[in-house]
Formats: sequence, structure tokens, C-alpha cells
Amino acid sequence: MNPPIDFHALAPEIVLAATLVVVLVADLLLPDRERWQTSRLATIGVLAAFVPVITLAVDGADRSMFGGAYVVDNYALAFKGFFILVAYVVLLMSVDYISEGDYYQGEFYFVLLTSVLGMSVMGSARDLVSIFIALETITMPTFVLAGWRKHDTRSNEAAIKYLIIGVLSSALMLYGMSLVYGMSGSTLLTDIGAFVAKGGTPPLMIVAMFLTIAGFAFKVSAVPFHFWVPDTYEGAPTPVTAFLSVASKAGGFAALVSIVFVGFYPDKGAWQPTLWVLAAASMTLGNLTALRQTNIVRMLAYSSIAQGGFILVPLAVAGESASAANSAREAVIIYLLIYGAMNLGAFAVVMALARRTRSGEISSYAGLMQYSPGLALVMSAFMFSLAGVPPLAGWFAKFVMFRAVIDAATPAAVTLGVIAAVNSVIAFFYYVGVVRQMWLQPAPEGTEDRPVRIPMALSSALAITTVVVVVVGVYPQVFAKIGELARLAG
Amino acid sequence: MNWFDSWALTLAVFIPLVGMAVVLFIPRDEETALKTTALVATAASLAVGIAILFRFDYDKSGLQMLVDKPWIDVIHSRYHVGIDGISLPLLLMTMVITVGCVVYSWNHFPHPHNPKAFLALTLLLETGMLGTFVAQDLILFFIFFEVVLLPMYFMIAVWGGPRREYASLKFFLFTLFGSALMLLSFLALYWKLGTFDIVALTELGGGELVRSTQMLIFAGMFVGFAIKVPMFPFHTWLPDAHTEAPTVGSVLLAAVLLKLGTYGFVRIALPILPDAAREWAPWIGLLAVIGIIYGALGCLAQHDMKRLIAFSSVAHMGFVMLGIATLTTFGINAAIFGMVAHGLITGMLFFVAGSIQERYETREMSRLGGLLTQAPRLGWIFGFLCMASLGLPGLAGFWGEFPAILSSYNPAAGVSEVTFRAYMVVAAIGTVLAAGYLLWMLQRVAFGTVKDEFKDLHVHDVHVPEWIAWVPMILLIVALGIYPNLIFRVTDGSVGHVLRAFGG
Repeated sequence: MNPPIDFHALAPEIVLAATLVVVLVADLLLPDRERWQTSRLATIGVLAAFVPVITLAVDGADRSMFGGAYVVDNYALAFKGFFILVAYVVLLMSVDYISEGDYYQGEFYFVLLTSVLGMSVMGSARDLVSIFIALETITMPTFVLAGWRKHDTRSNEAAIKYLIIGVLSSALMLYGMSLVYGMSGSTLLTDIGAFVAKGGTPPLMIVAMFLTIAGFAFKVSAVPFHFWVPDTYEGAPTPVTAFLSVASKAGGFAALVSIVFVGFYPDKGAWQPTLWVLAAASMTLGNLTALRQTNIVRMLAYSSIAQGGFILVPLAVAGESASAANSAREAVIIYLLIYGAMNLGAFAVVMALARRTRSGEISSYAGLMQYSPGLALVMSAFMFSLAGVPPLAGWFAKFVMFRAVIDAATPAAVTLGVIAAVNSVIAFFYYVGVVRQMWLQPAPEGTEDRPVRIPMALSSALAITTVVVVVVGVYPQVFAKIGELARLAG
Repeated sequence: MNWFDSWALTLAVFIPLVGMAVVLFIPRDEETALKTTALVATAASLAVGIAILFRFDYDKSGLQMLVDKPWIDVIHSRYHVGIDGISLPLLLMTMVITVGCVVYSWNHFPHPHNPKAFLALTLLLETGMLGTFVAQDLILFFIFFEVVLLPMYFMIAVWGGPRREYASLKFFLFTLFGSALMLLSFLALYWKLGTFDIVALTELGGGELVRSTQMLIFAGMFVGFAIKVPMFPFHTWLPDAHTEAPTVGSVLLAAVLLKLGTYGFVRIALPILPDAAREWAPWIGLLAVIGIIYGALGCLAQHDMKRLIAFSSVAHMGFVMLGIATLTTFGINAAIFGMVAHGLITGMLFFVAGSIQERYETREMSRLGGLLTQAPRLGWIFGFLCMASLGLPGLAGFWGEFPAILSSYNPAAGVSEVTFRAYMVVAAIGTVLAAGYLLWMLQRVAFGTVKDEFKDLHVHDVHVPEWIAWVPMILLIVALGIYPNLIFRVTDGSVGHVLRAFGG
């Protein structure tokens, strides 16, 4: 008998899947000079996929399908909405980049949307198998995207590194998952949770948990599984880098949160130490290495490793009490939402300026305030937001993170909180380094009165991210509410 | 409650922000439009402030014109603003000085010019400063406190002197470090007592908190506020920041930003954790008197005018902190008076120092001299300010220092009398030193003959914009000096109310 299918619950994925087929077919049928139309189709499709997310959220009921392997609850919807909006902004950033670059337009959008589809599924996946499939659907297309500039050896290098390490991490994770299945006898996270709750976790289960978490550590680029990040980010086309650093990372977190909270939660001793080490190492190493970067993309790459560490902090203390778990879940979601906006924005500025300078060096930002004050202002906002300076959104992300730490209030949690606090200060140096270039250094000769021209689509991406960073900073309740509502069903 | 009461504070705080938004949309070349917008915004805010002055109920000691609206529900933080006799003088002083700054800048924006960015930052700064004085919620307070940071950083970093990069970064890092600790203390309070509301926390007065916890939380706040004041030994950012900042930056920094720290003590640290305050008071007093002496001695070693005035701020803020450390209503009234007086006087001193620098293109006191012969009006104003600053009776400075010293004769119950009487003696010596260094500066800059290098320099006496900016401040210095009750009457009831935990 076929399982009953709730089409409303699947509507976002159906729309996305339909869109990517349409994009592929359109690319086939359209003449060369009409190819740019595919971007339009992709954009419409992504926005259309957002509609069922809204209707489902308004409806409010938790929907569970396929024996609990696929759940549409508020948690899933929050992530789906986030992924779809991120995809929209990334599309805005890509349009001109792709059409000017003489790349394969239609395929680009097809591949990108496939990855987004995987993310949308990931939000709902509550079963080891569906999590794994969603994760591979996210990752496989990004291998291709990273190597999109196929005549550029750096891009090739980016793709190969990413592919090899990605496959390795998948293998690790799959091994861990198979052990988990072998012992608990089920792939459903709820069953695994029940198994762990019985107590007396066998040592092998701890190994299995460790391997599974390590696999995700690659996806969220946590130290020491981060080696692919700087090279891949630098070599990949910039919109793809933005996509990797935000969406792909959030995809990893979406899975990590559901696995930890639904599956492994009862035995905190088994998973907390691993996450603790990952968080501390990512923050510290990411920040210290970012300090020494001279290339803006590499700097942002290390900064995203460090930010990933900050996001891991609440997870690493979530097991202490019910209230800690609650504020940790909220913290991860809120941090991801805010991080998404500010990081995408920063990459949008990088793209806008690279159109003029053709350089990724931080020194190429010198004097931006003189010739493009608007761009400089927006970039300053993103940098200060990433550094966590109020009243820009980043402060609230850090705030909820520290709140989770204080709710846990164990010596280990407090130690991690202190490490996070010290790192927030370190991070400040390299973010402000960019601001200082823009505001304090003289502009290169001859550029003083020529503002950078930014294409319409890219300006929209900048506008959206700026508005989010400022509005959420002043009125954090917008995202706080999402974090509060986004509870995991079951 | 009528319409005005529920909107006045919000308007006063956010009109400058609206002004900033408008400024951002005016093209860079339309300088007159930019300047007019900034002036209108600051003046409108001041107008609301004056209206508040009339609506304010001077017989009531609690908060007035309260607004309490949901803001960030998940952490139970609310948009809670209100005003009482402690905030009112500081709020008005900030408004007057900001208008003065905009007027003063009218024709001389420092290099690299760019009035648009400069005015936008000034307006943003004003919103932050005003907001800090009315916020009644710790998170709201924290946000406003931090909003001040960025514009001041840019003001120093972009429009500052030769060592601006170093000075601005130092300023930023010191303050950021302090506010991180402060935020941690706020979070700890929330975690222990379950609210961010300053009024509610004041009611609790520490509640069931264990003494050691109180002490720790207070220590966190102490560092945060003390860096801003700045108290010895956290003061080292101040001389650098002041020396490198453009004139308007120095003025706002001295007149208002430093007060955010002392205000934080009066509004938050003392009332919320009275027991810890009592324990820490002798130490705060000690640092305060060290600041008084150290600042004074520092002054005597300076050859740069601005640096000297900056060190004099350390000394003056030491008096304010001494008043606060006594934990008596008398001392704290004196401290608030001291804040306003120091804001007006030192703000003016920085204005004048900026004007002198603009005319002579130096602040080296060894190169200056004979200001009275070349620009007599400017010279007299400068002399008047030095007198006011050293605490000449009849001018505002006196009422900040003298009662602060007096109050330490008799500190609050539970605080060692002997210690504070010793502090009193040291502080009194500080006033002598203050007279010393201020007269020394006056003598070197204004008296004597003009040095050869400036013999043929045509020095324009006080400009019209300078008159407009300065006259209200000078009048206030005189008025407050002659009739100090203008402020004491406003603050007294509220201080007693806020500090009821110390038994009046």
C-alpha cells in the first residue's frame, strides 16, 4: 500500500522540483541570446516555493509523513523559509555574474536549485536515511558549482578539494549512521532517541555518535574539518561562495540540530564534549587565522569558520537542562538567520567592488568611502554586524548564544562562554580592519569621483540584506519570534 | 496622561535619527541643505526637551513620562523609557551642546571635510546619548550605550589628528571591553532576578542575591562604567582620544560621553546592587582620589592644550566619582551637578582649544602666548572658562567640586568614615593643583606676548557661529554658578528616591 501523501506539506519541494525541470527544459529550447530568461524563471520559481511555506505556517499544524521520517513542523518551516529566501538573494547576486561570465546559464540555475531542493527536504528530514539523502542532494550540486569557472585552475582546485573532502566526510558520517542503526535497530530519530533514553549506551554507540557528528562538522566547516574552506571559497565563483557559506552551512546545522535534539539528546555525556571541542576550536582557530588574511574572501572564509563555532556553542551546552535546550535551539536558529543576512550582504559587497577593482585584496577597499560612500556604509554595517556591535543584527545573535550558555550554567558551559567572549573581541580586529581601509585610507589615484556602478539585481540583494541587518538589530523580536516558534515536533 | 507625556521622550531621542536618515538622502554637494537639516533636527530635539522642562512635575520624585511597550519579548526586554530629576539636567545639557556643535561646525568642518558624513554621525551620536539617559531597561540602555560608540569611533578615525588610527582603535577597544563585561553583568542579573527592567530591579535592590554574586556582578558593571568615566587606571584611552579627535568630537566626548559612565553608576550599579556598592565604595573612592591627584599631576606635565584639558577631565571626573562613592544623597546630588558643570565647562574648553588650534594651527602651549592681545574676546572667554573649571565660587564648577568634597566628610551608613575623611583631604589638595594647572595653562596661552612666529598672523576674534554656539553655554555656567538650586532642586527628590536603599 502506498503511504498517504500530504501534498500541501510537500508543496515547497514540489514547486522547487517543478521549477528546476522547467529551467532545464527552457535552457534547452531557448536560443542563446534568450538564455538569461532562465534566471527569471528560477527567481519566480523560488518565490513561488515560498508561498506554500507561508500557508503551511499559517495553518500551523504539525504534519508527519512516511512513518515519521518526514515532518513538517515549525522548525522545518523556519529552515525552509530561510533556505528559500537565501536562494532568492543568491539568485539576485548571480544574475549578472553568470550572464557576464559567459558561463552555462541554464545549468547554473538548475544545479543551484537542486541544492536548494535538498535543503528544503533537510529541514523536514527526521530519519537517518532521509537526512543522508537530503545532505547529498545539497552537496553534490555544490561540487559542480564550485568548479563552475572551468577554465580557471583555482576554480578547479576548489571543486576537487571540496569533492574529495566532502566525499570523505559523507563516508565517515554514513559509517557512523550505520553503527547507530545497527545498535538502535531503527533509522528514525525518535526511535534512536528512545533507545538512547533507555540508558546504558554501549561504548560503540558513542563512537557512532562521534563519527556522525564529525561528518556534519565537515558540512558546517568546523575545525579541525575545515581545511577545504579557504581554498574552496576563494576559488569558487563568489555567488557560489556566498551560497556555500550560508545555505550549505545552515543545511548542515539543520540536520545537526534535529539529530542531536531528537536522536542523541538523552545521553549528553556522549555528544556534548565533541561539540564543545569543535566549537572552541572553530572559534579560536578561525579567528586567529582570519586575523592574518589579506584577501577578503579568505578572511570571510575563516570568519565563517569562526561564526560556525559561535553557532556550535549553544549546541554544545544544550544537554544541561530543558531550559538550556530550549534557548540553545532558539539560539542556533536565530544566529543562523542573522548570520545568513550579514554574510550574504558582505559577499554582495565583495562582488560589487570586484566588478571595479578585479581584486580580492583587502587593500583594494582603500578609500571606498570617498568614491562609493553608500557601498562603504553598507559594508561597514555588515562588518560591524558580524563583529556583534549593536544596534546591528549581529549583537542579538551573540546575545542569544550567551543566553544559552548562561542558561546551562555549568563550569564547562561558562568556560566555553568565556572562550566565545574572548573570540568576539579578537574577531573585532579583522572586521574593523576592512572598515579602516574603507574609511581611513586614501582612494587610489583617479578613482575619487567615480562611484562603483552596481547592477540592479545586486543592489536589490544589498538592499534586502541591509534592511534585515538594521531592522533585526533594532527590533530583534522579528527573528526572536521565529526562533521561539520553531519548535521540533516529537 | 496626555499625548505629549507619552511621546515626548521618544520624539526627543529619535528626531535626530530621523534627521540622520534625511541627511543620508541629501546629495553630498548640497552643503547648506545638509547643515540646515542637521540644525533643524537637533533644534527640534532641543525644543522637545524644553517642552519637557515645562511639563515636568518637579514635586514628583519617581519616573515621569513613562513609556513601557513590548520590544524583545523572548528575553522580556521592553522599550521602557522615562525621565526623572537625575536624567533631566543631563538630557537638556546634551541637547544644548549638540545644537552648539552643529552651529560651531557650520563653516569649519575638519579635514577631510565631508559634512554629510560628519553631520550624520553627529545626529546618530545624539540619539545614542539621549537614549542612554532615558532608558529604563538594561538591554535598551546597553543598545543606546553602544550606539554612541560607532559614530565617535569614526569621528576620531576619519576627522582626527595625525595619530587618529591609534587613538580611535584604543578608544573603541577599551569601551568594547568594558561593555562586554557590563553586558555579562546585565545577563547575570537577568538570570538571577529574571528581569532587565531597571525600575523593577531597583525595587528589588539586590533581592535574594548572595553577597559574593552581588560583588561579582557589581565588579563587571564597575569596569564597564569606569572605563567610560574614565577612572584611574582605565583612563589611558582618554588623553589619546581627546587629543586626536576633531573639536566637535572632543566636545561631545568630554561633555556627554564621559557622563554615560557616571550616570550608569547612579542609575544602575548603585540602586540595583546596594549591598555590593557599600562594599566597593571605599575602593571606588580610592580610585576617585587617585584620579584627582593623578589627573592633576598629569596636567602639569603636558605641553599640548587639548591633552591638558583631557587630563583635567580625569581629575574632575574623580570629584564626581568621589561624590558617588559616598553613597549619600548629598554626594550624588553634587556628582550630578558636577557632571553638568563639567560637561558645560570642559565642553567649552575644548571648543576654545579647537578655535585656538584653528587660528594658530598648533596647540603647543610653548608656542602660544598673548592670546589676549591678538584675540581679546577669545582670550577672555578662555580665562573665564579656566576660572570656572578650577572651581571659582559663583561659577558652575564650584558646585560640582565643593559639595563632593564636603559629602565625603560624612559618607553613608556602613561606609568607613575615616577612609572617606582621608579622601576628603586628598581631594582638597586636588583643588589646589587644579588651580595650579589651569592658571598655568591660562598664563601660557593667553598672557604674555605673542611669539615671534605668530607676530604677523591675522587672528580673527570670535566668529558669529562661535558666539551662537557658546553664549548659551557660558550663560548656563554663570546661571548655575549663581543659583545652583536650578539643578539641585530638580535632582534632590529623584536621587533620594533612587537611592532609598541607602537610607537617604
